[in-house]
Formats: sequence, structure tokens, C-alpha cells
Amino acid sequence: MEKFDVIVVGAGPSGNAAAYTLAKGGLKVLQLERGESPGTKNVQGAILYADALERIIPDFRDSAPLERHVAEQRMWLLDENQSCTGATYRDARFSQEPYNRYTILRARFDRWFSEKVKAAGALVICETTVKELLRGDQGEVIGVRTERAEGDILADCVILADGANALLGERARLRPKVRADDMALAVKEVLFLPKETIEARFNIAGTQGVVIEIAGNITHGMVGTGFLYTNKDSVSVGIGCMLSDMKKQSLTPYQLLEGLKQHPSVKPLIEGAEMKEYSAHLIPEGGYKALPQLYGDGWMVVGDSAGFVNAVHREGSNLAMTSGRFAAETLIELQQAGKPFTSGNLAAYKARLDGSFVMADLKKYEEVPALLHDNPHILGTYPRVLGDAARAILTVDGQPKRDKQKQVLAELKGKRSLLGLLGDAYKFWRAFR
Amino acid sequence: MHIAVCIKQVPDSAQIRVHPVTNTIMRQGVPTIINPYDLFALEEALRIKDETGARITVLTMGPPQAEEALRKCLSFGADDAILITDKVFSGADTLATSYVLAAALKALDAQDPLDLIFTGKQTIDGDTAQVGPGIAIRLGHQLLTYVSKIRELDPANRHIVVERRAEGGVQVLRSALPAVVTMLEGTNEIRFAGMPDMFRAARQELKRWNRDDIAADLTQVGLKGSPTVVAQVFGPKPKAIKALRIEGDTPEAIAEAFIDKLFTDFPQLEAALLEHLDQLGQQGVTQ
Ligand SMILES: Cc1cc2nc3c(=O)[nH]c(=O)nc-3n(C[C@H](O)[C@H](O)[C@H](O)COP(=O)(O)OP(=O)(O)OC[C@H]3O[C@@H](n4cnc5c(N)ncnc54)[C@H](O)[C@@H]3O)c2cc1C
Repeated sequence: MEKFDVIVVGAGPSGNAAAYTLAKGGLKVLQLERGESPGTKNVQGAILYADALERIIPDFRDSAPLERHVAEQRMWLLDENQSCTGATYRDARFSQEPYNRYTILRARFDRWFSEKVKAAGALVICETTVKELLRGDQGEVIGVRTERAEGDILADCVILADGANALLGERARLRPKVRADDMALAVKEVLFLPKETIEARFNIAGTQGVVIEIAGNITHGMVGTGFLYTNKDSVSVGIGCMLSDMKKQSLTPYQLLEGLKQHPSVKPLIEGAEMKEYSAHLIPEGGYKALPQLYGDGWMVVGDSAGFVNAVHREGSNLAMTSGRFAAETLIELQQAGKPFTSGNLAAYKARLDGSFVMADLKKYEEVPALLHDNPHILGTYPRVLGDAARAILTVDGQPKRDKQKQVLAELKGKRSLLGLLGDAYKFWRAFR
Repeated sequence: MHIAVCIKQVPDSAQIRVHPVTNTIMRQGVPTIINPYDLFALEEALRIKDETGARITVLTMGPPQAEEALRKCLSFGADDAILITDKVFSGADTLATSYVLAAALKALDAQDPLDLIFTGKQTIDGDTAQVGPGIAIRLGHQLLTYVSKIRELDPANRHIVVERRAEGGVQVLRSALPAVVTMLEGTNEIRFAGMPDMFRAARQELKRWNRDDIAADLTQVGLKGSPTVVAQVFGPKPKAIKALRIEGDTPEAIAEAFIDKLFTDFPQLEAALLEHLDQLGQQGVTQ
């Protein structure tokens, strides 16, 4: 039977970061991926945050398949009454090399990353699903069982980088089942448009790109958000909602996406586009309070599988890469010190996370998932009122502005009690503070 | 026994899009697969290996990325893989491709004599079905196309008996070895590799052959050796298809309404039918 220092399960950003760092550190690494090639099963908006990758591959910009750098960020509140209220941020100082964030297409990006992993010396085997973890006499993890004949493989440590479903950890009883309340389901389409059309519609040139983050009643009152990102010759448009809400509303994700695409603010941007790709994926959005045990004897969990997603800022891949790197660095250090990969020694992984933005950010927003879950007004009522207010104030019809403001306030109060309003404001402020 | 299997890495046609403006195929970002027809050829070779212990060498002419396809063939159980790759080979049509493959097979044969050469019946990106026959002619081997089954293989007496799907039936053909066999689809199913084969495939060194290794005549390879020109590319006009609901109280009424509608829309059909009935009447046909 084959034996490795480390087996990494999954070739998304977290698994690739771990495998790359481990191989560079001289460990004997096997990475197993169930997809036909890395990236075939993976879904992301996708914004790549440069910093996390730069700490792993400093010169990534020279070879990574980057679509556009983010030159303009828009925030839109859309409501079902067809209004759009929003803010735009474009700043020459932000849009300077080396750029800080890029749009990417995950299928290409993951393949590129995987080539780096191979070049660093890890053995990468695709089309191979890990079925379960192998346990030793003391319950420690000693390897994996794949679906293939003669498929048991041993390792001193297994890194679970298997993504949002986190089935392996659950099956091995290393964690409870992921709750539907902690999961968002997102759907996304990549729509082909000629480069020139994209440049004209979004007012950009060269490698500049625009990202639009969307909230409001396009989610039909469910907790969720949408997005529209520009790539080189396509745009990615998607929408996601909490799985538990979706079940209740019995709306299909596809219907939501169609609604978003038909919204008068979105429709002209994607007019005439041809669909290239449709995908759906889970996002673990339970935040800090939903984090499972992160390590044990002979195992660690990284990325989405650990629930490392900052839903408020729509960050996931950067937490994935950072946690993958931390897991790898922990193992490299232990090996150099001649220490075994026991639970006690792997606690150093958690310490690294605690000392970084990963845990700090998750902690900062720990109340947000519950807040949004209990207060759907935040995403529903308020955007609608805002839209109505803007329309009232912008319509020049001979009414004094003071009357109009009163009217807006009255309308808001009609939808939500004053106490409720204050309560929301307070909770909102607390959660995002 | 030594068997060669020629394969090609192709874009997954299920995921190809045509550029709406230029009408060219957008290959970028489209995942690649092993030409599905070639997998029937490979599996057939593997079954022979299971029975006779034959050695299998897989070859492909292609860009460096085609390595992935070859590794996959190794994982299924092929013993060796050769990537025939050189800048001068690019832009080849089927004539130039069969030249390069035949030259490589000759070089391979010189190292380790070949008894059988397999290819798929055609590729999904070209659909010409010309490369297998091209190889056979160039090597002067027997050619067996559209083979659905190998009935008998006798390396000692150097012959093979196959079933060949032909128009209107199945031919049973016996041929001397060495022969070139192009396999029909649906004849078998490629196996699921075990973990040891996956490890071997991931680690094994691939052979890379260039123009010198196959002693290529440079006038016959790549774009230069390719007389085929693409005169025009156009997308088929989408047809407007309308659905029509025909209603009626009884099956007879529905049938009548249907025939009515048909004859109104296609008067020539009615005319032709009447004429035909007329003729039948004149000939006095009775049931
Ligand atoms: C619609 C959408 C938009 C998003 N937008 C952004 C964004 O703009 N920016 C951002 O930073 N993040 C974004 N995210 C989040 C981001 O995609 C994830 O956080 C990130 O992909 C997590 O990486 P990962 O490696 O942990 O998991 P994944 O990328 O999911 O990778 C897991 C891998 O493990 C493999 N695998 C699973 N089980 C097994 C098994 N048993 N055996 C073998 N292999 C297995 C899978 O095939 C997969 O390749 C978005 C997510 C979605 C769904």
C-alpha cells in the first residue's frame, strides 16, 4: 500500500494552497480530486483577492489566468418594482498595479493552480473520489479509502479540503451534519459577450473590470444576494439564498436568477449574450458560530469544508487559500521539529488561524447570519422603501420636498414599527460594527 | 504481441460554443477529452492484453497538453505512451496527420514489431474517418474499418477474424497480421482503473517524439503537408418550428383535421398522393 506524509482531499483553492505549500516544503504529498480535472466541479463568482495568493505564489500575476482587475465596484439595491438604488466606487488610486483583486474563471484558474502544485512536486490524481477516512487503533486518521479497486492509501495526516458539503468529516463523525440554515445555495451563469460590447456597456478599457454586488428584493425577501462580474469576453451573473429559505419559499434558484436577469437594471447589460455555462453550488455561510472542530489526530480541515466564508464581504477563496497554507505550514514545522501529527501538536494550526484575519473577520460578523435570518426586512423592506423614497424625491411634481420626506417616513413606518426600526438599526450596527 | 492504439485529444463537443459574431469555434476554456470513439479501440486492445498479455503502446500527435490524455490511457492499462509533438506538426489535416502517425508507427515497429494497430472509427471534432485508413495505406497493412467485434485472434498463425458493420449487414472478415482496425462505437465500455494503475499513470515517464525521432519529411507534415482548405464556415440557420394542437371530438375527427391541415400546408403532397392512388387504380391493384 502506498504511504505519504500528507494526503490532501480536494483540488479547490484550499487544497491547492495546502498541497503546493507542503510540496515546496519537501513533504511527500498526494492530492486527490474527484473531478475530471481540477476546477471542473468548482463554482465561484469569481473575485480573486490577490493578497492570499501572493503569500503562496508571489509572482502569480505572471502566469495566472486572470480575467480583469477590479477597477470599479458597484453596490446595488434592487427591488421587484424595478428600481435600482446604488453606489459606485471608482478610484484611480485603488486601480493601480499591482492590482488588489481580479475576476477569474475558476475552471481555468484551478487548472493553472494545479499545474503549479504538480510542478512543486506533489502527486495529483484526479477522477478519484475519497469515500471515507481510514482510522487506526486509537481512532486517529491514518489514510483514506478511495472508490477505486485497491484504493486504500496511508498518510501521517489527511487534510480535508473537500468543500462546502464536508461529507468526509461528517461521515467520519469528526463534525456534525451541515445545517440547511447555515448553507446558501448559489446559481450562476457565464454569459458570452464580445470584449468590445463589455467595454462599451461598462465603460471600461484594457484589463479594467466592473463588479456589481446586488442586494434587495430580487431574492423575494429571502436572505441572499446577487452579483454581476465582468470577465474578458463574458460576464458572470449569479444569485444565492439561504437553503432553508429556499426550501420554505419553494422557489427554484433558476427562477431567482431569471428574475435578476430580467430586472431593468441588469437586462440591458447582458442583452444578446449567449450562455456559456450554468452552475449551482453551496456556500457555507453559518460563520463563526457554525465552525466545526478544525483538527484532530492525523487530520485537519480547511476552506469551505471548515466553513471559512465571510458572507458579508463575499470572501471565501482567500480564506480557503490562507487556511490551506496555514495547515501546510503547521505540518512542515512539526516535521522539521520531528514531532508527530497528533491533535495536541496540530493545535498550532488553530493558533495560526486565530492570529490572522480569518478568525478575526469571522468573529467580527458572528452575529450577522442570525440577524439576517431573523430579520428579513433588512434585505426586503428597506431596499423597497429606499427605491420608493428615491423615486418620490427625484420626481419633480410641484410637491414641497418636506412633504415628500414625511411621506417616505410614513411609508417606512407603515411597513415596520418605529421600535422595530430602531431595533433593526441597532442590531445592524452591532453586527457590522 | 505488441499493439499500438492511436488516440486524439479533442475538445468536448458537448461544451463547445460557436462565436455568435465570427462563427468560429471557441476552443478557449473548453475542456478536452479523449475522442470517445478511441476509447472503444483502447478497451478492445486492453481485452486482448487481458487474454494474451500483449503490450500496448498508445500514441497521439498533438500539443504538449495532450499528455493528459495519454496519462489517462496509461491509467486504463496501456503500458507505454508516446506524445508525438513538434511545432511543425501543427495545422495538420487528415493527410498530414496520417503521415505523421504512420511515420511514428514505423519507428515504433522498428523498436518492437507491431501486430495490430487500433484507432477509433473517427473523431468527434473532424468526423472524417480518414486517419485510420490513411495509416493502413501508408504502412501497407490490411485495413479493417467499422469493426464491431473481434471474433478470433491468432498471433501464432498471424491472422485475425472480425465482424465489420457494413451497409445492410455484418461482414465476417479474416485478415493477415499486421492489420489496422478502426473500432465502431458501443462495442465495449472502457474500464474503471484501480488505484495502482492511477499511481503508475501519474508517475510514468512519457516518451516525447519530434520530427527527428520519426524521420519526418517536412514537406508532408503540418500546415505545409495539408492540402485541405476550409473554404467557409457557417452556422446552420435555426429553423422556426411551430407546434400545433389539433383538436376533435373523436379520433376520426382528429385524424381528418390533421390530414386536412397537412394537405393545406403541403398541397404537393396531396397531388402526389392522388396521382399515386390513380396509378394504383389503373393497375387494378387489389388487396
Ligand atoms: C456562486 C458563488 C460565488 C462565489 N464568489 C466568490 C468570490 O467572488 N470570491 C471568493 O473569494 N469566494 C467566492 N465564493 C466562495 C468560494 O468559491 C469558496 O470559498 C472556495 O471555492 C472554497 O475553496 P475550497 O478549496 O475550500 O472548496 P472547493 O473550491 O469547493 O473545492 C473542493 C474540491 O474538493 C473536491 N472534492 C470534494 N469531495 C471530494 C472527495 N470526497 N474526494 C475527492 N475530491 C473531493 C471537489 O471536487 C472540489 O474540487 C463563491 C462561491 C459561490 C458558490
